[in-house]
Amino acid sequence: MLHNEQLQNILKRRAKLLANVRRFFSVRNVLEVNTPILSSAAPTAPYLDSFSTRFEAGSDSKDLYLHTSPEFAMKRLLSAGSGAIYQIATVFRNGELGRQHAPEFSMLEWYRPGFSLTDLMTEVDALMQQVIGLPAAVIFPYRDLFVKYLQLDIYQADDVLLKQIALDRIAGLTADWQTDRDGWLEMLMSEIIEPQLKALEMPVMVTEFPASQAQLAKIEMNADGHHVASRFELYAGGMELANGYDELCDATELRQRFEQDNQLRLQQGKPQMPIDENLLTAMQSGLPQCSGVALGLDRLMMLYFAENNISQVQGIAFIES
Amino acid sequence: MASYSTNEFKAGLKFMMDGDPCSIIENEFVKPGKGQAFNRVKFRNLKTGRVNERTFKTNESVESADVVEIDLEFSYSDGEFWHFMDPSSFEQYAADANAIADSKDWLKEQYVYTVTLWNGTPLLVTPPNFVNLAVVETDPGVRGDTSGGGGKPATLETGAVVRVPLFIEIGEVLRVDTRSASYVERAKKD
Repeated sequence: MLHNEQLQNILKRRAKLLANVRRFFSVRNVLEVNTPILSSAAPTAPYLDSFSTRFEAGSDSKDLYLHTSPEFAMKRLLSAGSGAIYQIATVFRNGELGRQHAPEFSMLEWYRPGFSLTDLMTEVDALMQQVIGLPAAVIFPYRDLFVKYLQLDIYQADDVLLKQIALDRIAGLTADWQTDRDGWLEMLMSEIIEPQLKALEMPVMVTEFPASQAQLAKIEMNADGHHVASRFELYAGGMELANGYDELCDATELRQRFEQDNQLRLQQGKPQMPIDENLLTAMQSGLPQCSGVALGLDRLMMLYFAENNISQVQGIAFIES
Repeated sequence: MASYSTNEFKAGLKFMMDGDPCSIIENEFVKPGKGQAFNRVKFRNLKTGRVNERTFKTNESVESADVVEIDLEFSYSDGEFWHFMDPSSFEQYAADANAIADSKDWLKEQYVYTVTLWNGTPLLVTPPNFVNLAVVETDPGVRGDTSGGGGKPATLETGAVVRVPLFIEIGEVLRVDTRSASYVERAKKD
């Protein structure tokens, strides 16, 4: 537990930062919203685990999940014509506990109808500069990062080469490590490239992710003729701070991605998650073209307050809850 | 045999790796992008003293190691083994040359040492941070020079050689920091 004085200090700084975030969006006419934390559906992403609970009401009883982000509910509001919206929400992710991870944490998420991904990246950069005084971000396509820091063209390299480089470069990785292509790319990204991004001392926005890592973003052809995901991630201070998409608005394709995820879950012996039919119905009725981003507020505070453990910025931390 | 899952990993946890007992120094939970989580672990092999790194898949498990630390009094050496005793139970433990490698310059009878036991056998003997030892050999003291400037080597009763101020004489008892093998001050007389 923090000392009383430390705790009072953190509470004040958190409150001030949240007020500044709210002012940022107020000036830009983005509406603050709240959406339910409980849902009978949950994300299907294979490596994202929801907490579950149960509503007890006789024959109306049902299993419910705590949201891992307010994304699905906010997209329903967008489909209903809400216009630009943001939310500061506590979100829940099971099994994630570490220096930069807590099973419950604060998320800032916002959606901008009519914005391109580039428009949204400009806005994220403005928020970081205004609220926590960071320098302007530099932009790197995913492929360029691998060329710059690993002298590797990911569009030429096969899985065997990716594995060989990972084993050569990452201390502690053993030859029996098994993963798929995206697993190797993510391993190289987090263990070799991210530490070097930290040394740049300015935020980095990574764009043009491989199409296989599209998540809920649109897939498009880039200038080099490769299919890439229209999304970005913001890295600062050695941490992944935000993840943004040019949002996929095609309900049929989204259902396919959910079902593919559930197949992966099945193969890994994990429970399949109930698909959010309310979201798919809302999207069919018309989710406007929009870009959206989720930003980890506790990590933002870690960076701003120069703390290296998320428990230090949360007031009462998970292990004391 | 008990086992630990990666979500129980923390500094100080003792586990078996490739047949050797090890102790975790640092454990970091890593979750790259939206990919599979893993744990980046830095640990010390308690047999060799070497520090290694290993990446574990989250939820992988390791076997626990029966390693405990106890305080034992050093009794004597027979040349092959160094014998220690539990001052409360009088139980005897014999440490080999490997276990005392880092502490042999600081072993003095009746002093208490932290001994790491693995399956009941001493793996590692750690001296206290400070010990008081008598000087058995050094150049004659320079009377009146208490500035502490300069210095000279002095051999202590355990065989350790430390750098001491010029005024120190044979027979004096010194307080020594075992971590840096350095002179701190003249020991206060009881």
